[in-house]
Amino acid sequence: MSTRLPDHGRLIDRSRQVKFTFNGKWMRGHPGDTLASALLANGQMLVGRSFKYHRPRGIVASGGEEPNALVNLGRGARHEPNQRATTTELFDRLEARSQNHWPTLEFDVGAVNAMVARFLPAGFYYKTFIHPRAFWKHVFEPIIRKSAGLGAAPDPETMDADRYEHFYAHVDLVVAGGGVAGLLAALEAGRAGKRVLLVEQNAHWGGRAPVDGDLIDGAPAEIWVKNTVEELEKMENVTLRTRTMLAGVYDHGYVTAYERVADHTPGEDAPRHRLWRIRTAQVISATGAIERPLSFPGNDKPGVMLASAVRDYIVNYGVAPGDTLVVVTNNDDGYRTALAAHRAGLKVACVVDPRAEADGDLPHEVRSLGIRVMAGSAISKVKGLKKVVSVRVQAHRGYDGGHDEIPCDAVAMSGGWSPVVHLWSHCGGKLTWDEDQACFRPDHDRPPTDQNGAGFVTCVGAADGALHGDVTMAATATAMADMLGNDVSAPRVDLAREAPLAPIWIMPEAAGAKKRAKMWLDFQNDVKVSDVMLAAQEGYESVEHTKRYTTLGMATDQGKLSNINGLAVLAEALDKGIPQVGTTTFRPPYTPISMGAIAGEARGEVFQPLRRTPIHDWHEAQGAYMEPVGGWRRPYCFPRDGESHEDAVNREIDATRRSLGLLDASTLGKILVKGPDAGRFMDMLYTNMMSNLKPGKCRYGLMCSENGFLMDDGVVVRLDEDTFLAHTTSGGADHVHAHMEDWLQCEWWDWKVHTVNVTEQWAQIAVVGPNTRKVLEKLGADFDLSAEALPFMAMAEGKIGGFDTRVFRISFSGELSYEIAVPASQGRAFWAALHEAGAEWNATAYGTEALHVMRAEKGFIMIGDETDGTIIPQDLGLTWAISKKKEDFLGKRGQERVHMTDPDRWKLVGLETLDGSVLPDGCYCIASGKNANGQANVQGRITSTYYSPTLSRGIAMGLVQNGPDRMGEVVAFNKVDGSTVNARIVSPVFYDPDGEKQNV
Amino acid sequence: MSELASALPGAKYEGVVRVVETGLRGMITLKADLPQSAKAVKAVTGQVVPKARRIDAGDMSVAWMAPDELLILCDHGRADHVVRDLAEQLGTTHHLAVNVSDARAMFTLTGAGVKDVLGKLTPADLAALPPGEMRRTRLAQVAAAIWFSDAQTAHVICFRSVAQYVFDLLALAARPGGDVGYH
Repeated sequence: MSTRLPDHGRLIDRSRQVKFTFNGKWMRGHPGDTLASALLANGQMLVGRSFKYHRPRGIVASGGEEPNALVNLGRGARHEPNQRATTTELFDRLEARSQNHWPTLEFDVGAVNAMVARFLPAGFYYKTFIHPRAFWKHVFEPIIRKSAGLGAAPDPETMDADRYEHFYAHVDLVVAGGGVAGLLAALEAGRAGKRVLLVEQNAHWGGRAPVDGDLIDGAPAEIWVKNTVEELEKMENVTLRTRTMLAGVYDHGYVTAYERVADHTPGEDAPRHRLWRIRTAQVISATGAIERPLSFPGNDKPGVMLASAVRDYIVNYGVAPGDTLVVVTNNDDGYRTALAAHRAGLKVACVVDPRAEADGDLPHEVRSLGIRVMAGSAISKVKGLKKVVSVRVQAHRGYDGGHDEIPCDAVAMSGGWSPVVHLWSHCGGKLTWDEDQACFRPDHDRPPTDQNGAGFVTCVGAADGALHGDVTMAATATAMADMLGNDVSAPRVDLAREAPLAPIWIMPEAAGAKKRAKMWLDFQNDVKVSDVMLAAQEGYESVEHTKRYTTLGMATDQGKLSNINGLAVLAEALDKGIPQVGTTTFRPPYTPISMGAIAGEARGEVFQPLRRTPIHDWHEAQGAYMEPVGGWRRPYCFPRDGESHEDAVNREIDATRRSLGLLDASTLGKILVKGPDAGRFMDMLYTNMMSNLKPGKCRYGLMCSENGFLMDDGVVVRLDEDTFLAHTTSGGADHVHAHMEDWLQCEWWDWKVHTVNVTEQWAQIAVVGPNTRKVLEKLGADFDLSAEALPFMAMAEGKIGGFDTRVFRISFSGELSYEIAVPASQGRAFWAALHEAGAEWNATAYGTEALHVMRAEKGFIMIGDETDGTIIPQDLGLTWAISKKKEDFLGKRGQERVHMTDPDRWKLVGLETLDGSVLPDGCYCIASGKNANGQANVQGRITSTYYSPTLSRGIAMGLVQNGPDRMGEVVAFNKVDGSTVNARIVSPVFYDPDGEKQNV
Repeated sequence: MSELASALPGAKYEGVVRVVETGLRGMITLKADLPQSAKAVKAVTGQVVPKARRIDAGDMSVAWMAPDELLILCDHGRADHVVRDLAEQLGTTHHLAVNVSDARAMFTLTGAGVKDVLGKLTPADLAALPPGEMRRTRLAQVAAAIWFSDAQTAHVICFRSVAQYVFDLLALAARPGGDVGYH
């Protein structure tokens, strides 16, 4: 059983205790522990069940590569599934629960899957669940969803209690990894005056060197690490960050790093995670290497761990994974674990080494301690269910029937090391196969390239394939010297001489099908050697296809332990070389990062910018029902106590048509266009003539894209000879301004025109209804507001009630209407003044729905209702607004195309249901016959439909084939319930067709 | 008529830095050929046309916004006069001068951590932004112009409609516990 050792543990503080729970059971650890080391210290070897077969699983690794020890962490608003125990720092009252078992971790019904494992091979789902079709949704999927899975999804009713943020940094150099190579790289870059950011994913500096006992400049690595960090901390041009993982490398030197600011101090008032968004000239990847498991039967049982992890737990945390250890290794480095275990007082039963000879310095040292070294042998079986009881050892090659049964409760395995080449690969750096070390390493001739075509990622240390400390330091020094153009001297590293490893991908060599079905490659996704071989047999030659067929490397660990082993097995099965098979694609992030970190600050109130008019607060205070319009929130209606939205809209319309309505129209786009060529420019932008508009006058205009489609509309005002004010739709202001600048800057760059978007400078209020002039006269104007002095479609400037105003006699409602703009700083006060003065005429604020209904009663089109990007003005009967005199305007040529001039285009008409009901929005006008798909043919559709309180009936506008020629005809529209409703084609102007009311 | 209101009158937040809505400020956008307008700008503002990206502070401050655009900052009540004076000085020279004071909101940030706070919201390289240089950038999802008048004082201009959003962003970024300690 795993246990806490009386000594060792360089990272823990034994003077203090930390209490935590696992599956509700209280346990104790020390500050400095990870959840994984603390679980092992409490004898908890079994930590979860596997994804597919529900096999008992224990901790395998000691870092971010861990595939098994995933837990549900925390509860309620802080519950998060799939958290790796190996990278979770222990804190007081931590709550962890194991995943993917039912009913309990110890007794799991799903484990029956394991007994039928031979019926669940790779591709099982594809082969089995295709037919019958309906079964998938109702039978297979619910069962599979229940049995396969990871952690519990967070409760949808809770909100993440923490906050997150981004941080932007611009540096010369980012160094990823704070092991000895990364520290040396940062030190040299720092000394050379570069702006350096050094990030380390763990809470400690130094990486593996202090654990593995390397001597640097004659002293333990820890001393060199401490001195180097101290020197770096003193440099103002160097920023050091622990608990920060370089997550991704992207084009143009864009790099993201994931800082876990407060994961280890939950509840503290701090951002939990911070996503660093970095621009850097160079990336130094000092990300080290990951040890590979060995594929032998039963290699997934709790108690079988990576040899390096066993060393980490002993040296860093003072935790022994068992009392009696067997080491199985195809390389000399694995012997370091036997030595570390021996030094910690554990029994090392033997070292199993498939190489015919083991005579490097380390095997010699192990032998000299009296530990049995079994060269040329392999593990052929691991006995025990939820823990290891013994291993069976036989000849790796040429099985003669003989074997040893060796009792033990922990197995340390080492299949060699794979450099972490992820950051090299994210932007397309290529790899080369290193035969001697049996690993992929960066191909220096094919680096990821920046915008100048030069490499911008440099791997140093183990990440570059320099797997031994002496080579690491020397090669890092050379790489930095090349980069910085300096002389760099490498620290001297003393270590044992190592013999070459043997590239052994399965053991024993001649294992049969039954044994291969017990050799795990991907622990998290339950992919075995037999699955990959089956894929090869079934014709999956590409590693990318095999990955998807078997799910190898597709789990949350993204195959950090399994990829190389898997593709080596595939290569063997295909009888190809490993480099010919190649790797799957390394994609960011390196390990999973939180959704919160990606979202950053964008949640709650600041999820999205919400644009507010100067009168917004008043609307909210009135309890207005708001709707989004082009980034703004506008009042849809102002319901009073107990009033439905429909009732409110009807009341607002009634009040406006009978007496006085007030609309906050501040969101309307307002763009100034000025210059000697402004008239010419406006003539090009609008379909109608603008250059002949007289100063002080307004004209409604249509704006089309160059393809002829209607894009925006609004009233253009000529302020003076050189200056136009173009009103746009609320949602269109920014786009129209960009459209103008596009044409000015790219096509008509020699025209003397300037534009400025002044939308927000003005609060604009539409004062509407028969009593409009009375309320304005009551407020008192210093200019003549009469119909004679200021007729319909004219504008004037002056003071009203002491406010600085611009008044436009324009009407979107059909009533007498003055749209009045005041500087935004006066908007709120002017709104209040209008309400106060208008009280005697029942001044009523109205919202966008009343606006919509009133414009529909008048047959005015609305961009986005009557138009959808495929509509030209001619479709809407707006030919009167298309100049025939102008030589050109944007959209003119487009509107002459054959399809645009087709007489069968659907055209705008009004529609009245025979029964007075309101037509459903978006419904279709039915034609006779069916189309090729058996659907009813259609001859038109509804674009706007409302209940008109003015006419006490439903009214609608729609596009109908040859509609304007079919006045009075009755056509049918479909309804959601399958029935139809009859409507008569009428003029779209339902109210005051002669425009007498707006013109008084 | 008396009640002039800025976007968020009196809004302030004390955290890692102090965030204050600065109140109404006069702002004039001048679009013109800048060398041709230098004399008029000098006559009206007392300032020479700033170099690219500079904001020159004074009785009236003048900021370079684009190769053909300046922003003039003055007292709120003077903005219309400045527009008129520019029109008079520029005469028939092709230009567009317009009062945009009310289209904007302004914030001032003070404290040692101003760059760390703004660095959470803008992708601009703040280490390369000396006092007196204005950067047109974004704060999270909206456009903004930022500049430092000294190492501990930052100024932000944004559109008036998003003043609440920008204030909320700045306050969140300045919340205690979120010190970055980078700049």
